[in-house]
Amino acid sequence: MDIVETQSYTFCEPPNELQLKSGVRLGPITLAYETYGKLNGDKSNAILVFHSLTGDAHAAFYHKGEDKPGWWDPMIGPGKGFDTYKYFLICSNVIGGCKGSTGPASINPKTGKPFGLSFPFVTIEDMVAAQRYLIDHLGIKKLLCVSGGSMGGLQALIWATQYPEYVHSVIAIATNTRHTAQQIALHEVARQAIMGDPDWQGGDYYGKSIPARGLALARMIGHITYMSDKSMDEKFGRKLISKERLGYDFSHDFEVENYLKYRSGNFVQRFDANSYLYISKTLDYFDLSANGKLTDVFAKTKAHFLVISFTSDWLYPSYQSKEMVRALKANDLDVSDIEINSSYGHDAFLVEVEGQSKLISHFLARMQKGFNIN
Amino acid sequence: MTEEIRFDHQIILQWVEERSRVLDLGCGDGTLLKLLIEHKSCHGTGVEIDEKAIYTCMEKGLTVSHVDIDTGLADYSNKRFDYVILNESLQEVINPQRVILEALRVGKKVIVGIPNFCHVRARLQIFFKGRVPLTKELPYQWYDTPNLRFLSLKDFRYFCKANTIKILQEVGTAGNKRVAFRPNLFANTGMYLLEK
Repeated sequence: MDIVETQSYTFCEPPNELQLKSGVRLGPITLAYETYGKLNGDKSNAILVFHSLTGDAHAAFYHKGEDKPGWWDPMIGPGKGFDTYKYFLICSNVIGGCKGSTGPASINPKTGKPFGLSFPFVTIEDMVAAQRYLIDHLGIKKLLCVSGGSMGGLQALIWATQYPEYVHSVIAIATNTRHTAQQIALHEVARQAIMGDPDWQGGDYYGKSIPARGLALARMIGHITYMSDKSMDEKFGRKLISKERLGYDFSHDFEVENYLKYRSGNFVQRFDANSYLYISKTLDYFDLSANGKLTDVFAKTKAHFLVISFTSDWLYPSYQSKEMVRALKANDLDVSDIEINSSYGHDAFLVEVEGQSKLISHFLARMQKGFNIN
Repeated sequence: MTEEIRFDHQIILQWVEERSRVLDLGCGDGTLLKLLIEHKSCHGTGVEIDEKAIYTCMEKGLTVSHVDIDTGLADYSNKRFDYVILNESLQEVINPQRVILEALRVGKKVIVGIPNFCHVRARLQIFFKGRVPLTKELPYQWYDTPNLRFLSLKDFRYFCKANTIKILQEVGTAGNKRVAFRPNLFANTGMYLLEK
């Protein structure tokens, strides 16, 4: 059993704060991160992976004394898709997050109190700008690959387009190039659930009772969007919970109701409601083609791409990945893409391990062959 | 152990110049692309609609796009490739005319391989049996064939003429042999090198 410890790196100390996209300056910034595998002599085997909305730096292996591995452990490890015998993996918690990186729950050094809503707005571009400090700190000049699913894919795309000299290849999974009205709407419902909870208290709830009901409701909505009609039907159907017949009241009858309650209850214990607000809004702001045509956005990158999508994903539907692929092809870039037949919905990027492992390991092997660190 | 190279692949290997950029439409398991990379140092890209075949191509270290031929060409810029290959796939596309013209737009040259539906054996079956031909090369029943188009070498020549496409090379093949004498009657497949 591989054990890993979360590390942290603090930078952008005043007066050298990071200028965020909004114009506001943020510093000092701390990033929590983990690494897996060994960085080789010429530092040419580094892969940066990114987490999704509610993920964290703990992508793989086990924390000491814990019995659950990191969120992408089936994909990262010795002999796995991202093979830690061959590659050095890095994953950091995004800024705005709540798992060790600077975010709304962090102490504002100016006031000595948690930021709450005084935390500045961060964008995907800002998250990536912070990650670049970490990569520089680790002495890595060029990443063999940047990779992530969902929000992680957005970060990979920002790396490829904003820091093309750092990126040899990109694996973008179940992701898109701009958030659509439907995605924004679903997030807005989740945000309203949090902000409508009286315990939210304008975001100033630290040290008091947390907006648990609102955050749980937000998570329930999220869970529904991560699954598909078919995967929910296969998992729960109309099964009742320890009941012979319907209760004809508003207590829980169905297994799916219990599942949502259980999962959201766990979530409330581990995630900060304000982080949920900030990061979901960050996603909604994301639009690679905001300043022009999507094909122009990829003009500067020379990266090789692997784009993966899933047939039943309705949160990040595969037509969005195909739009991205078309823009990449129009730039004469080397792009491989696949729409994997899966019934798991958006969750497929976490659970469709076998096919993805093969695709990723073969893609990375080709990338390593053609990689010149200079 | 080196596996024997298929005869149609041998012809394509002869036609394609070293270090060319090649797009293989309907690349299947990527065998031809891999040969072109190994023997001719080509830069190859495949297009394939079958999901399983994508995994096999990736395993071979190929670049491959999971899209159908009919829509998969529009994204590429003009003359991006030296060769676009449509080997044994043209008869399965919905709009072959558009696909060939698009292939000639994105590729400087186009290689097409078609099954000859007017081989003498097929003609005899139609004439004597009064049934749609069923041969080793045309093994499908009318109700389960992937082929949407039925053409002969002669039909293809007419098509090229009507669309002002230059035929640089035509080779009829039967098994592992070239058919020089009356290919429209005796060749199972026709291989073409085209330019516009």
